[in-house]
Amino acid sequence: MTAAALIAILLGMILLLIRTLLGPTLYDRVLAVNSFGTKTVLALGLLGFVMRRPEFLDIAILYAMINFVSTIAILKFFRYRSFQVPLVRRGGQGGKRNG
Amino acid sequence: MADTLANLHQFFELVRYPAGSALCLAGAILCVIGTIGVMRFPDFYTRMHAASITDTSGGTVILVGMALMAPDWAVVVKLGVIFWLMFLTSPTASHAVANAAHTGGLQPLIGRINSKRDDEEDAA
Repeated sequence: MTAAALIAILLGMILLLIRTLLGPTLYDRVLAVNSFGTKTVLALGLLGFVMRRPEFLDIAILYAMINFVSTIAILKFFRYRSFQVPLVRRGGQGGKRNG
Repeated sequence: MADTLANLHQFFELVRYPAGSALCLAGAILCVIGTIGVMRFPDFYTRMHAASITDTSGGTVILVGMALMAPDWAVVVKLGVIFWLMFLTSPTASHAVANAAHTGGLQPLIGRINSKRDDEEDAA
């Protein structure tokens, strides 16, 4: 049954790739890529349990971290057209605006 | 008392592999449902609602199923780390995507799905 779960997740990943290629706007594609990353984490874990080697979970942890960073990096790049802009306002303190 | 505990332990050892496999399959079915929603919903914001099914319920159920099948406690700790990462990053990423779409001027579809054609007919 674990193998069936893995096959179902791979089917979902194929459908998400179709949405990534078709997506009418940029944000649809970013959302599909983010969901694809989550499914990659789950599929890696399930692959480890199917092959009786749960050490695959280390790679899954790595993917769970990369997924978030890549989503934020893509959004930042398409907002500012550059990776060099700081996201945090310098000298700002909480919600207080210092001009 | 010790006898009861031993019986409970034996029952848990017997039942944990089928229960874990069933939870994994249920979570995978939830993931497929969310993906079908992402494929078929008409709008970006509704697609985000469908994608959140995968991130929350599907992932949590699959991780609990894998924790039931885990051979030792180190695997359970790794699964807990993955759950903690997804618990923190998935809502943040969803908020970032929705905020970027809203700031970028993407308008949500309001009204019934085929009402856009009616509006065009009215305008024409």
